[in-house]
Amino acid sequence: MAQLEQLQSKRELFFKNELPSAGGVVGATPQSPAVGTTAASTALPASAVGGGVSGATSAPAAPTPSAIKEALAAKRAASERAAAAAAAHAAAAAAAANAAENNAEDNKERYSKVERDKVPERRTKELDGYVGFANLPNQVYRKAVKRGFDFTLMVVGESGLGKSTLINSMFLADIYSNEYPGPSQRIKKTLQVETSKVLLKENGVNLTLTVVDTPGFGYAVDNSNCWQPIIDFVETKYEEFLNAESRVNRKTVLDNRVHCCLYFIGPSGHGLKPLDIEFMQRLHDKVNIIPVIAKSDTLTPDECAHFKKQILNEISQHKIKIYEFPDTEDEEESKVNKVLKDRVPFAVVGSNTVIEVDGKKVRGRKYPWGIAEVENLEHCDFIALRNMLIRTHLQDLKDVTNNVHYENYRCRKLAGLGTDGKPTRISNKNPLAQMEEEKRDHETKMKKMETEMEQVFEMKVREKKQKLKDSETDLQRRHEQMRRALEQQIKDLEDKRNEFEKEKQMWEQSNGVTLEDLRRRSLEANSKETVDGKEKNKKKKGLF
Amino acid sequence: MAAVEVDRARVEASIRNLKLSGHVGFDSLPDQLVNKSVQNGFVFNILCIGETGLGKSTLMDSLFNTSFESTPSPHNLPTVKLKAHTYELQESNVRLKLTICDTVGYGDQINKEDSFKAVVDYIDAQFEAYLQEELKIKRSLSAYHDSRTHVCLYFICPTGHGLKSIDLVCMKKLDTKVNIIPIIAKADTISKTELQKFKSKINSELASNGVHVYQFPTDDESVAEVNTSMNAHVPFAVVGSTDFVRVGNKMMRSRQYPWGTVQVENESHCDFVKLREMLIRTNMEDMREKTHNRHYELYRKKRLEQMGFTDVDSDNKPVSFQQTFEAKRSNHLQELQQKEDEMRQMFVVKVKEKEAELKEAEKDLHNKFDKLKKEHGEEKRRLEDSRKKLEDEIIEFNRRKQQFQQQHMSSSHHTLTLGKSKKK
Repeated sequence: MAQLEQLQSKRELFFKNELPSAGGVVGATPQSPAVGTTAASTALPASAVGGGVSGATSAPAAPTPSAIKEALAAKRAASERAAAAAAAHAAAAAAAANAAENNAEDNKERYSKVERDKVPERRTKELDGYVGFANLPNQVYRKAVKRGFDFTLMVVGESGLGKSTLINSMFLADIYSNEYPGPSQRIKKTLQVETSKVLLKENGVNLTLTVVDTPGFGYAVDNSNCWQPIIDFVETKYEEFLNAESRVNRKTVLDNRVHCCLYFIGPSGHGLKPLDIEFMQRLHDKVNIIPVIAKSDTLTPDECAHFKKQILNEISQHKIKIYEFPDTEDEEESKVNKVLKDRVPFAVVGSNTVIEVDGKKVRGRKYPWGIAEVENLEHCDFIALRNMLIRTHLQDLKDVTNNVHYENYRCRKLAGLGTDGKPTRISNKNPLAQMEEEKRDHETKMKKMETEMEQVFEMKVREKKQKLKDSETDLQRRHEQMRRALEQQIKDLEDKRNEFEKEKQMWEQSNGVTLEDLRRRSLEANSKETVDGKEKNKKKKGLF
Repeated sequence: MAAVEVDRARVEASIRNLKLSGHVGFDSLPDQLVNKSVQNGFVFNILCIGETGLGKSTLMDSLFNTSFESTPSPHNLPTVKLKAHTYELQESNVRLKLTICDTVGYGDQINKEDSFKAVVDYIDAQFEAYLQEELKIKRSLSAYHDSRTHVCLYFICPTGHGLKSIDLVCMKKLDTKVNIIPIIAKADTISKTELQKFKSKINSELASNGVHVYQFPTDDESVAEVNTSMNAHVPFAVVGSTDFVRVGNKMMRSRQYPWGTVQVENESHCDFVKLREMLIRTNMEDMREKTHNRHYELYRKKRLEQMGFTDVDSDNKPVSFQQTFEAKRSNHLQELQQKEDEMRQMFVVKVKEKEAELKEAEKDLHNKFDKLKKEHGEEKRRLEDSRKKLEDEIIEFNRRKQQFQQQHMSSSHHTLTLGKSKKK
């Protein structure tokens, strides 16, 4: 409990130290009298005496306990002073009034602070007073501590390079011991990938550390594809995470992905081996790789520098992307960081034994000619590696794994099944939305097709109809023609008949005899003639 | 993929608890995490539901000690609309992207049945947007501006008699979607005793209707005490003000009446300070977390099930997202193909029909003309017949005429002779 409170206070001070406040009174966590304030004010170590008013603007790189004490002291002093001043003013010496005056001081400070802070971005709204969301980081802090942290570290390297020793030295715990031997002790016939989980606690922070090691790496005569089981392992973890993330019923997803891979380079002094290059080339886009020069107490400083340069050259030559420690915004911090960053790749020495040097107990390796201290920056880069890896960038390693490597994997995995087997350009929509869009596209396509077909259809129908009509009119015309011709003929005939009739009548009238009579007579005559036809004829002839 | 031989025994072994023999330094982990999140900035989204004129905008101004541009809304809007504005605030070195969403026209309509529909739709739309982003192939969740509503402040009318039915209905619909904090608005119209009765009435109504309002978390020791005591004060009776009145030697937010001045930040006058503490200073992060872990997960689950995804297929074997998606996709493509084929088919049939029709018409036409032709032919023959007849008649006539002429000439001679004989 007290630890937590201490953490809390450290937390709040961390932010307070960033303020350019005058007199040490700060607006980040102002004292609101009525509400139970956070443990900070109550847990102030009683020993904090009104010492010098320094410390408020101390370098916040890593709030060392001494700085905290000073700042706390300053705050206490300042608040006491404020209270005293208030007491001096106040006519009504009621406690409430005091508290209110205190608030007034605070308010004044805050107002002036806000005045000073009037270089805000144009978009940012200015606050006229205390709101309180500056406490948000504290809330996040509390929740994070409660949740606990986890981290998965992979160590890869040939047997005998001191991997287990280094891990033990880094975490100051017997992760590898006689009961749990290190990878070099466990080499089997084929390359294995094995994990061990340990729970470490420090100052109230719980860290579940998973160490992944690869016994047998580079051990065989033919080491082709010895990286394959490792790649498979990394991708299996990604796949597990992806599946867990994609479930319908999601519980808290356990993060077992590999966050960092320490690759151990043998201290040959000459450069990278082909196996090193192959491995890093294949894994640099799947996991954060931090190359480490192992057993560097066999290299003199010059050889070490030369070796490092060589390695960096080869790395850039082969376009290997090792993990880059990012810069922080804070200037002082980044200065410190830069010094450490320049030591990449870290040349480390590890040790499980503690030796006494100048009365101090240090971890080191005892040689006849001296003692190589592990935690001495002049002897090796162990401190640099530990600080960069654990104290400053552990969270960043996790973030990069989550945001970059995992997303890449996910992209590859999902895009692979989105399109029909062809690795085409990855459309930046989620697959379901894509399906919806495809449906819509298809519908419009179908509509278009439909209208097109309709058009063609109509056109053809019209054509055919037109043709039919034409032939109809044509036939009609011809028929008309023929009809007219016929009618003309009929008319002609009529006329002719009329003429004939007229002629006949005229003749009949003029001769007073009708054709009928003549016909009758001829018939009679014919009948007589049939009796003596010749005579008649002769008779007729005789007359004339 | 080659099978990975993981040492099962080792993995499944219990996690070992180890003691550290020195200071490693990972106790800075929370700091690292916090630094990162401060760098990224924080996001918080508030939704204010309440009738027009209850003082929502004024309360927001008071809570965040600034003045957000807001125009008072009219009372005659036909439907409820939601207006959201995003502001960037900064306090010390903490940047907050605050989105305040207001319901405009809530409770003004005569028929309020659809009032909360707009609100539910808005909340669902934010969840949907996040879900879509999460399901994308190429996604950037860390850079995504989270617009999901983290807290809903429900403004209750200070009638003194309990909740209105629309309040109950609305809160019931929203309590599984968003963290609800009920607030008694314009609390300076209620006296202390009336307030107690009012609060207990509200709480009993909420409980009897099964409405789950947001409970401040009591599992974290450092804030458990404060949160438990605050939980007893819910719903908070608040007063907001944009006017400042000089009290002592400083300006305080207050409302000035002839009979006295209500100070917003005075705890004995109203619960404003409590609300601010709970909402902003102590539980903002928890509300954000609950929205993400509980409400959003619920929405996501429902939505995925709606779309047909399950974790377990019919044989009770676990089914992965990809499998379901593949199946869906092939179904989907099949469907599309089928639709296309159907349409084509339909067209083919249509064309055939029309062709048959036209052929019929053509045949009819030909028939008609054949008939006409035949008629014509008939007529012609008839004409020919008549002509022939006429010609025959003419010929006969001419013959007879000739015959007659001949006869006539001879007979006329004959007559002459007779005449002549008589005369003798």
